[in-house]
Amino acid sequence: MNEYSPAHIKETAMPLGARQPGEEDKDSTEIADEACARAPIGLLAELTHRCPLQCPYCSNPVELERVNTELTTEEWQSVMRQAAELGILQIHLSGGEPTARRDLVDIVKTAADAGLYTNLITAAVLLKREQLEQLKEAGLDHVQISIQDSDARPENADRIGGYKGGSAKKKIVAGWVRELGMPLTINAPIHRHNVDNVEGIINYAVELGADRVEIAHVQYYAWALKNRAALMPTREQFNVAAKIVEKAREDLKGIIVIDSVVPDYYAKYPKPCMGGWGRGIINVTPSGRVLPCHAAESITGLEFDNVKDKPLAEVWLEGEAFQKYRGTDWMKEPCRSCSRREIDYGGCRCQAFALTGDAANTDPACSLSPVHAQWAKVAEVESHETPPEFIYRRPGGAGPKPSAQKKPVPSDA
Amino acid sequence: MAEGAQRVRAIIDAATRPVVPPHIKLRHDAARGRWIILAPERLFDPDDVAVEVLKLCDGERTVADIAEYLAKEYNAPIVEIQTDVIEMLQDLADKGVVKA
Repeated sequence: MNEYSPAHIKETAMPLGARQPGEEDKDSTEIADEACARAPIGLLAELTHRCPLQCPYCSNPVELERVNTELTTEEWQSVMRQAAELGILQIHLSGGEPTARRDLVDIVKTAADAGLYTNLITAAVLLKREQLEQLKEAGLDHVQISIQDSDARPENADRIGGYKGGSAKKKIVAGWVRELGMPLTINAPIHRHNVDNVEGIINYAVELGADRVEIAHVQYYAWALKNRAALMPTREQFNVAAKIVEKAREDLKGIIVIDSVVPDYYAKYPKPCMGGWGRGIINVTPSGRVLPCHAAESITGLEFDNVKDKPLAEVWLEGEAFQKYRGTDWMKEPCRSCSRREIDYGGCRCQAFALTGDAANTDPACSLSPVHAQWAKVAEVESHETPPEFIYRRPGGAGPKPSAQKKPVPSDA
Repeated sequence: MAEGAQRVRAIIDAATRPVVPPHIKLRHDAARGRWIILAPERLFDPDDVAVEVLKLCDGERTVADIAEYLAKEYNAPIVEIQTDVIEMLQDLADKGVVKA
């Protein structure tokens, strides 16, 4: 037998979407590197873009996919089996609203049988108790419910989600999750209409019996970019919220894990979006398109493969869209020679594209980007103005009051 | 209060009977040739000793039992091992990976 050495466990947050671990340490980066070297670790399955809620910060693309283009049950089941074979560990069943799919139980069962860790990301308002029981029976490991505000402010929550009675329904479903003994995460997107209630939201998550709460400042892509002026909190509001999170982490240690996502307009460095392009995460859209990131389709000119045409492994390894910004070879200055190039991978390609016209440019969130100052100023200005009406997330992309399109800032190519 | 919700911090000591809850999965990851712990939106990478400790967290054995077993297995001082095991399990309990 070996000599005894102190037991040690390294932790890493699954870099799903734009999320980041609450506390970063070097170990995490190293494990992520090692874990991703051969295969992606997570698959985000957007089962449908249908959703009863209309949150103005939805991370789905502005062009929502229609129900008649959705993959069949068998096609999703095949994706699950292929994912397990590829070495993927966790499946995030998302949408739109994944419970809008009647075959969700069958898909979960296939994923669980294949050995995947299954995570349901839901708005909860469509869930019935029997359905939740069936999902548990099928092997569902974890439930994440999004909320718009605490139950003390149901009108505000329902206004943000554009769904009357949503706040009350979510509370009931969260209760069922706990009664069935399933682990619960509460996800709370934070913006100027609830940033003053971060403490109330954390306490509400504790009251609901959640094991984790995500204080997730809105990331300004897709719908949220359209609604940026309506959603952006001021820097002062953000700082106050950050202090509350810090204190709550200490006070609630061992009771609830608090993860936070910072709005990158107020961050020092860009996020290592998706943990690096084509490194750890695969996203499959309702129609089967395979993306390196759920917003990747916003980069025009990229070609995406479909699971209906090619095996998942082939797309991951050789797909044009995955290869294009994988690693560091594609980088231009200032990324190319930057010492942080393998920490943040030049930030977010979609944001670079949306704001500079070239996805290979440095994310404007980086202080080294030539357009950073101009970009950061936008948050400063918009967050102090009277917020415009929400453009609610709806098929067709039309809202009550579409605001004037912002001119993209010029490319730094 | 919702059933099963742990609303007080669990403090790990020698008498604690730690258990890995069902939604935390200690699994051998064949693609990468190692043991991993799967948790909600988290991945933990345990070394060999940590894997051994977690396999012993069955809700029956106390921390003292686990330390005694490891002390024999590794022929190492039990006091040192127990301190180390408590430290590791406290950290994991705070992250929701083990329950007391």
